[in-house]
Amino acid sequence: MSIFSKYEGLASALASVTAGGGRNPFNVVIEKPISSTVGLIEGRETLLFGTNNYLGLSQSPAAIKAAIAAAEAYGVGTTGSRIANGTQGLHRQLEERLCAFFRRRHCMVFSTGYQANLGTISALAGKDDYLLLDADSHASIYDGSRLGHAQVIRFRHNDADDLHKRLRRLEGTPGAKLVVVEGIYSMMGDVVPMAEFAAVKRETGAWLLADEAHSVGVMGKHGRGVAEADGVEDDVDFVVGTFSKSLGTVGGYCVSNHDGLDLIRLCSRPYMFTASLPPEVIAATMAALTELENHPELRTRLMDNARRLHAGLQAAGLRTGPQASPVVSVILDDVAVAVAFWNRLLDLGVYVNLSLPPATPDQHPLLRTSVMATHTPAEIDKAVDVFATVAREMGLSHAA
Amino acid sequence: MSETVASVSALIVKTLLANPKVPRDINGSSKIVEDLAFDSLAVMNFVMEIEDTLDVSVPLDRLADIRTIDDLAACIVSLKQAS
Repeated sequence: MSIFSKYEGLASALASVTAGGGRNPFNVVIEKPISSTVGLIEGRETLLFGTNNYLGLSQSPAAIKAAIAAAEAYGVGTTGSRIANGTQGLHRQLEERLCAFFRRRHCMVFSTGYQANLGTISALAGKDDYLLLDADSHASIYDGSRLGHAQVIRFRHNDADDLHKRLRRLEGTPGAKLVVVEGIYSMMGDVVPMAEFAAVKRETGAWLLADEAHSVGVMGKHGRGVAEADGVEDDVDFVVGTFSKSLGTVGGYCVSNHDGLDLIRLCSRPYMFTASLPPEVIAATMAALTELENHPELRTRLMDNARRLHAGLQAAGLRTGPQASPVVSVILDDVAVAVAFWNRLLDLGVYVNLSLPPATPDQHPLLRTSVMATHTPAEIDKAVDVFATVAREMGLSHAA
Repeated sequence: MSETVASVSALIVKTLLANPKVPRDINGSSKIVEDLAFDSLAVMNFVMEIEDTLDVSVPLDRLADIRTIDDLAACIVSLKQAS
């Protein structure tokens, strides 16, 4: 018996995705970025609508210049973890910059956003504590819960009343209760009603962690995310986020005003046993953060673009999520149709993400798009046209 | 507590049968994943429905040991008794 036998179901699911001669959607190669919005795929210039590069800063000249200068000054790697092999000055600088940006006293930087959730959640919620997770939480949140051995209870997606009900059931039980929500949910682009969750947290004495991976740089007057936009930052005990979306690099962080956060450095395995961020990434991230702070018009443009894409896809008769946000997903009913649709979009020069159940809410396959501040109106209109063309070809257009 | 494993098991079966995709011949010894063809997400969502009906929360780690509908019923009864 092969060690891979347990994956026979997965292999047949993958085979069915490619059965009609279509591509393996998990094997698309962006051969070269031409700009933040256009990449070379299969030798063709292709509009990128699936990179999470919300502000286009992966191609920021200032960030590129900073990365080159840092590599020349400090080298290209740290070759170890901060706990075992030492913190470098740049790590401290980045944490201080993030503290200043978020107006919080403490910051821990992780090597990826995934590890930021894994490392924070697993260390904060131990085996005698309760984690209350939104049902549509990202895999990194679920994985963090498994690493930490806390009792895990799900509440209905974006439903603060449902959370309240589940916290009420825990009244009188010992152990901390840590509630985890996301700012913008990555599959459908829906935004958390943070003020409602903050009210439940205040009433019940629970702790609140907000993963603002998709909302920092996107929402709030200063780009600090949904908690800022809703005016409830003081109620959010821990903000976790990533550099790999609006900041265009890689890495993650947790910021907090709780002094205990520094202790987490000594018990968070995903922080302790991973190589720390290299100098060029840190320098590029700090430069991108400066761009984010100095160019609030990027957020305005991003949301204008999100509304344009969302409205355009709806006008084309396609079913989308309820609100315009930088993640706009087209909801389909059938996996085979979604696969064919996705292939045809790529044939016609538009790259989006094919998201399949069970990674999606409600078992629906999604054509997930992410918008950028750097998309031109013409690029968005072109993408909408291509979506409409494919929908017509496939008999899926139900425009009013 | 008025709930017994048998009564909770019957309630779970009744809830499951409201879903037309679930086979009609299920009973307490039916295996949730194999016999009902539920994936991990479907199991969690279904348990959420039962939680609301019985006003109980089932921690996810408890689901790892549950194979049959009767196992789930026994787990819920023990959680209700503990609260």
